[in-house]
Amino acid sequence: MIPELGHFALVLALGLGVIQSIVPVIGVQRRDGSLMRLAISTALAQFVFVALSFLALTICYVTSDFSVATVYENSHSTMPLVYKFTSAWGNHEGSMLLWVLILSLFGALVALFGSNLPASLKSHVLAVQSWIACAFYLFILLTSNPFMRLVPAPFEGRDLNPILQDIGLAIHPPLLYLGYVGFSIAFSFAIAALLEGRIDAAWARWVRPWTLAAWMCLTVGIAMGSYWAYYELGWGGFWFWDPVENASLMPWLAGTALLHSAVVMEKRNALKIWTILLAILAFSLSLVGTFLVRSGVLTSVHTFASDPARGVFILAILVIFIGGGLSLFAWRAPLLKQGGLFAPISREGALVLNNLFLTTACLTVFVGTLYPLALEAVTGTKISVGAPFFNLTFGPLFVPLLFAMPFGPLLAWKRGDVLGVAQRLMAAFAVGLVTIAIVVATASEVSILAPFGIGLALFVMAGAVTDVVERVGLFRVPLSVVRQRAAGLPRSVWGTAFAHFGIAVTLLGVVTVGTWASERIVGLKPSQTVSLSGFDLTFDGLVQRSGPNYRELIGKFTVRRGGLPIATMEPAKRSFESRATTTTEAALLTRGFSQVYLSLGDVNDDGSVAVRLYYKPLVLLIWIGAIVMMLGGTLSLSDRRLRIGAPRPAAKPAVQPAE
Amino acid sequence: MRRLAAMALLFAAITSGRSLAVQPDEMLKDQNLEARARELSRELRCMVCQNQSIDDSEAPLARDLRLLVRERLTKGDTDQQVLDFLVARYGEFVLLKPPLEGRTIILWTLPPLALLAGAIGLFFAGRRRGLGQLEPATLSNEERRRLSTLVDKPRD
Repeated sequence: MIPELGHFALVLALGLGVIQSIVPVIGVQRRDGSLMRLAISTALAQFVFVALSFLALTICYVTSDFSVATVYENSHSTMPLVYKFTSAWGNHEGSMLLWVLILSLFGALVALFGSNLPASLKSHVLAVQSWIACAFYLFILLTSNPFMRLVPAPFEGRDLNPILQDIGLAIHPPLLYLGYVGFSIAFSFAIAALLEGRIDAAWARWVRPWTLAAWMCLTVGIAMGSYWAYYELGWGGFWFWDPVENASLMPWLAGTALLHSAVVMEKRNALKIWTILLAILAFSLSLVGTFLVRSGVLTSVHTFASDPARGVFILAILVIFIGGGLSLFAWRAPLLKQGGLFAPISREGALVLNNLFLTTACLTVFVGTLYPLALEAVTGTKISVGAPFFNLTFGPLFVPLLFAMPFGPLLAWKRGDVLGVAQRLMAAFAVGLVTIAIVVATASEVSILAPFGIGLALFVMAGAVTDVVERVGLFRVPLSVVRQRAAGLPRSVWGTAFAHFGIAVTLLGVVTVGTWASERIVGLKPSQTVSLSGFDLTFDGLVQRSGPNYRELIGKFTVRRGGLPIATMEPAKRSFESRATTTTEAALLTRGFSQVYLSLGDVNDDGSVAVRLYYKPLVLLIWIGAIVMMLGGTLSLSDRRLRIGAPRPAAKPAVQPAE
Repeated sequence: MRRLAAMALLFAAITSGRSLAVQPDEMLKDQNLEARARELSRELRCMVCQNQSIDDSEAPLARDLRLLVRERLTKGDTDQQVLDFLVARYGEFVLLKPPLEGRTIILWTLPPLALLAGAIGLFFAGRRRGLGQLEPATLSNEERRRLSTLVDKPRD
């Protein structure tokens, strides 16, 4: 009964979606307020019905109702409860339902919090949002129904992929989808603006919080996925330039560019057309990502969905929305009036430069990801484009971007003074150069890139600090005034400083790990010791243990430093009978921001066991940087009212006329 | 999640109890040769995996390739000779960094060309705009008032 209710709720959501796709648009044309307001109720109701549908699916999973095909395929009665919950979206059908749940959530939020939007804009936005939703409801109902029944019902499920049986599955996909799907709001606003043929600084002010929220979720979502891969895959890599990862990186790059260009539009009324284009592109890249992952186009074996019907359906969605969006853009964008002029050397100019590099970086990832597919489709030749390509092409684009980063916030709007800014950045330059000198002097046998990368990271950090220091007048005015100014500083300034600081923190982690990570791969017999970077690990022996739905082989290790025991590490190998699969559970020992990483390999015939031991200096900074970026976003988001830079209206009439 | 899930399927398909990439028994005694082998391994694709290098992959095929690389190196091949040997045997698919040639010209040149085109475009856009008339028309007081009633309406 429950699966049918869930299915039915989804059909009802589709019905509401169709109404919301059409009626508000007619309402705008006829200037009929009641037709326009209908979108608010349908948006809320859509969310309620999709949520009910999702709830129904979750109940099926939690109660292990194996008469439902996806539950049978992806769950097991002995699985811990938390994984029963998360396995609801650990598969193609369920994850698409999560996708539309988040889409309808965003629609409902616009309906709820959009009371300050002009009625026609709001109606258009909600209608466009509903077009997207309808396409994906249809996709789910026609090709990926999560509620399909099995007759007769099997007694036991086939279990969730063991690698997905991890807390990462509870956090990573929802965050990633909040980011992906969150860009749909920017897209809907862009299409609505094009439909209306009108756009102004206020538009950017409405779009920016949504984009920022989506960007924050995507940032942390990507970072979480990276950390998950790091500890789960057993060899300590954190970024692989895998097409599936690139699929999430592209919207992030476009979204980051969008955030910056929207600032220019909001404050200076310039770059309107470009901002609209970026808003369309950011969501288009989310759709491309969904297509890459969901259609099985990458390589049929490796993705969830290898059913061509799904691929063709998503491709159709892609063509309609991206093609339609860009056509509408080509047709209507010339109508939009360009505003605010600025000199090349100015805050606006710096943000344009940022956009140039970010979009080129995004294009690089796009070409690198799709070129092999296109080449194979056209000529039948298979080539590989992997990490060495991206390191060579993507890396150099980020260097000038990061170098220019501290300059941007210090430049004045309209016309800036780059020499003056360079003078104010003297301390930051000094920090960077001294760092480079220290690294060159102390580290031996490293490539020239390492000291340079670390110097750059510290320069950017110091630059972010300089921005705040300059604004509050630290060292120039009395401390009490500094405190006052710091409190009065717009939150968005703090947000910028945090976000820029965060990316430098990530860079520092990446460079340090890339340069100084050390590795030992050895076969160990009990009571033998292996040493790495000052840590001595003694292998104490193997133990067997059984978990709720797996058996595991644990290696016990005592870690000593300078002869004194400091910790024990227990890497394990789990074997899941239900899927005849083993997973490695690496053991991590955190010291400050660095980690000792130990994973277990095969047991050899002579009783020795293969181990892989790494020392990863400052590795945690990679992900902490992302958290700092998110904090920056949060600060900026809390500054809604101030961000526009317009004076706050003085005393307002107590009663607002109803719209 | 997606890459992990993809990897999970991959593992299910091609591994059976193997759980480390480079194994201790594969490694060469000669540290220099071993280091070169590791470097080369990072440039080579495990052909049954999704964009994984043979250095990272746990697939049996990757192990075979790793052993092959080490065998060639021990026989005195240069790095380039090893790569050429593998390309001759498995095609360019095995290289994670495709060489610059006719069919990869777009792949390699599009990003720098786009950057260049963007920079040139911006330069001319900046010139055309004319730096003399920097001051845009500002809002009239009436427009300002209308804007503020529009955008600063409380959200309740």
